[in-house]
Amino acid sequence: MITAGIDLGTQSVKAVILKDGEVISRGKSFSGFDPTKAAEQAVGEALKKAKLSLSDVDHVTATGSGMDMAPHSNSTISMMGADAKAGVYLFPKARTIIDVGAEEARAVKCDDNGIMMDFVVNERCAAGAGAFIEAMARALEVKLEEMGPLSLKAERASPINATCVIFGESDVVTLIHRQESKPEIARAIFDAMADRISSMVHRLGVNPDVVLVGGVAKDVGFIASLKRKLCVDVLIPEYPEYAGALGAALIAVNRVKKV
Amino acid sequence: MKETPKRENAEYWRWEEYRRVFSEKKWKNKDIITAGVDVGSVGSKAAIMIDGEVYSWGIMRTGSNSPDSARKVLSWAMEETGLRLDDLKYIVGTGYGRVNVPMSNKAITEIACHAKGANYIWGPSVRTVLDVGGQDIKAIRCDETGRVTSFLMNDKCAAGTGRGMEVFADLLQIPIEKIGESSLKVDEEPPPVSCTCVAFAKTEAMGLLRKGWSKEKVLAAYTHAMAIRMGNLVKRVGLEKEFVITGGQSKNIGIVTRIEKALGVKCLPMPKWRENGLDPMIAGAIGAAIFAKALYEKAHKS
Repeated sequence: MITAGIDLGTQSVKAVILKDGEVISRGKSFSGFDPTKAAEQAVGEALKKAKLSLSDVDHVTATGSGMDMAPHSNSTISMMGADAKAGVYLFPKARTIIDVGAEEARAVKCDDNGIMMDFVVNERCAAGAGAFIEAMARALEVKLEEMGPLSLKAERASPINATCVIFGESDVVTLIHRQESKPEIARAIFDAMADRISSMVHRLGVNPDVVLVGGVAKDVGFIASLKRKLCVDVLIPEYPEYAGALGAALIAVNRVKKV
Repeated sequence: MKETPKRENAEYWRWEEYRRVFSEKKWKNKDIITAGVDVGSVGSKAAIMIDGEVYSWGIMRTGSNSPDSARKVLSWAMEETGLRLDDLKYIVGTGYGRVNVPMSNKAITEIACHAKGANYIWGPSVRTVLDVGGQDIKAIRCDETGRVTSFLMNDKCAAGTGRGMEVFADLLQIPIEKIGESSLKVDEEPPPVSCTCVAFAKTEAMGLLRKGWSKEKVLAAYTHAMAIRMGNLVKRVGLEKEFVITGGQSKNIGIVTRIEKALGVKCLPMPKWRENGLDPMIAGAIGAAIFAKALYEKAHKS
């Protein structure tokens, strides 16, 4: 049985192909202005890697903010539902899944079957999502991928009160004027964001094991700050940005079985 | 009455710095001359009072250094008046940078100063003051003497603040002083946007423009949403008449009319600052100068 999951995020589209419930390939593309086209590309890439064609796929489930624009999809699943499913598949003891994407962050509480029980979400505000780190990296004139490693070199934390991207930009400029070192500013940025995410997770309750997924889960600086703020260990899968697509593909397996 | 416009260049976000001197008033050494210096996150304001009456004031952009901004705006307010720093009997600093006003005798929170200043500008009937500053929004309740009875503040989000509006001015290439009028140039008021995040607006507003919306319509939809947020802050603190708006956004007619609509009340008319009056942006500085007079008198009684 071949199933596919497509996660149409605000910044990128991810696709995962499963054979009998096991991952056999992945594909990714930038969302751009045409999410449908981007999804076709991502799925095409994954199918090519798996040496399959679309007609071999038994069921396609879409998720993500652009799920309604997904091509080839047979069904959809909420982002929280996909997160829960993928989190427990990757780490069977996971009960709290935190998903931090480019423009949104979520925390999902789930049971041992990967069924979502409750969730909290931060949308409509860039300060609690990857966009915050991106904007601050620009203000600091550091490449996004260098932010994390840079922040780990900080010897101390210099707190900033950034709760808003717009105010954060001027906070960073103030710190630069004050001649704070870049590693310390980078760490302050991750701490500020982890603070927001952590208070969001606390509203839901921190039930171990805690799993972090989404594109921001690749950032070592954010991971370090989040662990400090949550005071628990945070598990991170090998391909955190594909968690949504994986969850959707796993849901697709269930839906094939039911038919 | 003199006005010295000081426009530096044509960046859309950049607003005019200006000052007034009520030169028909004359000061004498024995007068109680006091000053209030309000160093905000975006604008620095100074007001000078003679025996509790406003004599001169100035408004400038805050630079990267708060003490410098405080010095500059105070000397600007004193320009052409013959006053020197030594002539000021008591100076109160207020605003976001109030602890960095080097010449001040005391620092007082801007919440107290705005209520006091609004009471001076509009009179004792003022009960609710919405201060929309550069980096925060405060809803303040006060009594007939301008004493604060309660307040609520939102300093966590740029939506609706002066800084947020500056971003829109640049984004849509509309001079900041025209942004209010522009937002009202729509045939029909569009529904408010569901997401007011200024950081996201950089891409979302572009999306709306690409869909064929006019700049004015985009601005109207955002201004509408921001006015609802501000109106809700006022509702939470409890609206009691009379209601006034202070701070930079009090000059944004698009915001003001939409807040009035959201709350179902009219604010007291803007003092005619262009002609011969007081700017609602200097309410905090005026309040500080009033406190300065009281503090000076108290110190000299004992």
